[in-house]
Amino acid sequence: MDFMVFQYPMISVQACLDGILLGILFALIAYGMALQWGVMNIINIAQGDLVILGGYIAYFMYLYGIHPAWGVIVAPVIMYFVGIVIYKLVINKVVDRDLFISILATFGISILFMQLMNFAFGADVVLANSDYGTTMLFNNNVVLPNSKIFSAFISILFAICLVIYMKKSKLGRAIRATAQNARAAKILGVDTEKVYAATFGINAALCGVAGALISITFTIHPYMGLPYTIRSFMIVIVAGLGNLPGVAMSGMGLGVFEEFADYILGTEFRIGSVFLLLVLILVYRRFKLSRKREYLK
Amino acid sequence: MNRNNLILYSGILIFGIAAPFLFPAFKVQLSILCVLIVLATTWNIQGGEMGYNSFGNILFYGLGMYLCASVQVGMFFPLAEWTESGGEKTFVHTPAQFFQGMAVGLIVAAVVPTIVAGLIGYSILGLRGHYFAICTLGLGVAAGEISGGIEIIGAGQGFTTPPFPEVGSLDSRGEFFYFLSFFVLVLTFITVKGIYTTRFKLILNAIRDNEDKAEAMGIETMKYKIIGWMISAFFCGLAGGIMGGLVGYIDSTDVAFDGREMGVFMVLMAILGGKGTLWGPIIGATVFHIFKEGFWTFFLGWQYVALGVLIVVIVIYFPEGIMGWLREKYPERFGEVVDEKDRKAQVELK
Repeated sequence: MDFMVFQYPMISVQACLDGILLGILFALIAYGMALQWGVMNIINIAQGDLVILGGYIAYFMYLYGIHPAWGVIVAPVIMYFVGIVIYKLVINKVVDRDLFISILATFGISILFMQLMNFAFGADVVLANSDYGTTMLFNNNVVLPNSKIFSAFISILFAICLVIYMKKSKLGRAIRATAQNARAAKILGVDTEKVYAATFGINAALCGVAGALISITFTIHPYMGLPYTIRSFMIVIVAGLGNLPGVAMSGMGLGVFEEFADYILGTEFRIGSVFLLLVLILVYRRFKLSRKREYLK
Repeated sequence: MNRNNLILYSGILIFGIAAPFLFPAFKVQLSILCVLIVLATTWNIQGGEMGYNSFGNILFYGLGMYLCASVQVGMFFPLAEWTESGGEKTFVHTPAQFFQGMAVGLIVAAVVPTIVAGLIGYSILGLRGHYFAICTLGLGVAAGEISGGIEIIGAGQGFTTPPFPEVGSLDSRGEFFYFLSFFVLVLTFITVKGIYTTRFKLILNAIRDNEDKAEAMGIETMKYKIIGWMISAFFCGLAGGIMGGLVGYIDSTDVAFDGREMGVFMVLMAILGGKGTLWGPIIGATVFHIFKEGFWTFFLGWQYVALGVLIVVIVIYFPEGIMGWLREKYPERFGEVVDEKDRKAQVELK
């Protein structure tokens, strides 16, 4: 336990800013999860592993001398096709089935990816150095790496692009129609199979962007996927499906919570506190819903 | 119980008792098989019969493992110094101390998870479907992460359980753990079989099929859900305690709260054998363990990749499991009367 955070207000400011910048990234991943959850009604446990895979793409560009920031362009393109392949091989067989089947199947994909990445890239913690320098604020009391600001900016840009795409384009309209009522969409001539594949691909591409940004700002490791899945799941259930401002807000909230947990409890309990928060949120939700049910009686 | 069953059960019992002498090289594997069967069977109580698919039974398993080892050490020696010394033998249990500690440890390892399940059950079991699944997944991982930060039980570096005292021949360690796990297996089987003949099982099935209707029929669903989970927790804790002694080393995320391995295995074994049947998890666990041990060596290093593929394949192509397949093939053997006309109509529909 360390209560320095309360004695020195500047540390709180630092934690808040860090958390908000981190939370925007989480919100991007969560947006992908909300998309596929809303459209295909599956919960993808492998979400975090897709993120890490995207991170490795940027990392390898860095290894070969290309600036990792270009990964933001390259990773989503590659990840889109990875997503399509996963969809064709596995996901299209579990779309209409019981939710638990899809959870377990994607859990299998998650284990598979984790181990393949472990073989291919080794079990070291790596990061792609972007050389962006830092920004000092408040008389040099708060240090913000420019890479974090860059990643938050790019995330917002991608989110805005996606929202416009969903609103304006034909495919976006088809995706929204399928999310509302898959059967009716099918009757009206929407190729739902294609829509599902595209949705999963877009989700994977978003994960790729987020992963590339994470490899620049933080570190990546083959086994670090599951926490990202849990974070995005948590953000989605707090915000609700199809509520983009909510996703952004709860993402930032989660980021700030994590930074404070890191300062107060210590880094070793950081991931644990995220998972505990998930349990607490679900339990809170359960009691709230049960109260609502009693009113109905 | 008719004559056939009596012969079957006594045959299995005799085989179980004779097994370590018939296959002396596989004692440890057989003990692990017993533990796996216990885990799969008890997962099936709420996963298969009650319809609450939990990834979090690993919580009770790991809790039991840590509790059993801690009690076994803490009864005679200071726990903090034991974990600090790591694998070095600063303190040595006498045989009497070891068995006494193991007995008390196993009781604690069974009782405390049961109480924990009862305490958290009211909040957690109110969740439905995938929310329950993800919540329990979170519980298991959180327990692993948090126990990995606690100093007194070894934190990140792990916890060495007391080594088996040198009594009798060299084989006595394997035999002791085999018979312990076999005893727990028999206990589990008798309990589960007993449960499955009572009204309790019907209530669990009613909850699985339609919880709201079951509640409307006047069943206090929450009470039965908690009891079902507590039974699972009791045996998971016991299994964990035995496994801790058997492995000899406890690590927070790799051995105790190993959601990636044991936590998925128990779900997978139950699904492979057939959810919601008495024999399904047992058959599933046996097939899975034989496959795992038999083929793991061929994959050498790729076993987790194989595991991932196996999960996907089983879940997608074989969700009914072995028992479900048998049931479809030989419905008469399961006491189901098939109406020929009805079946023909169904075939035509397909």
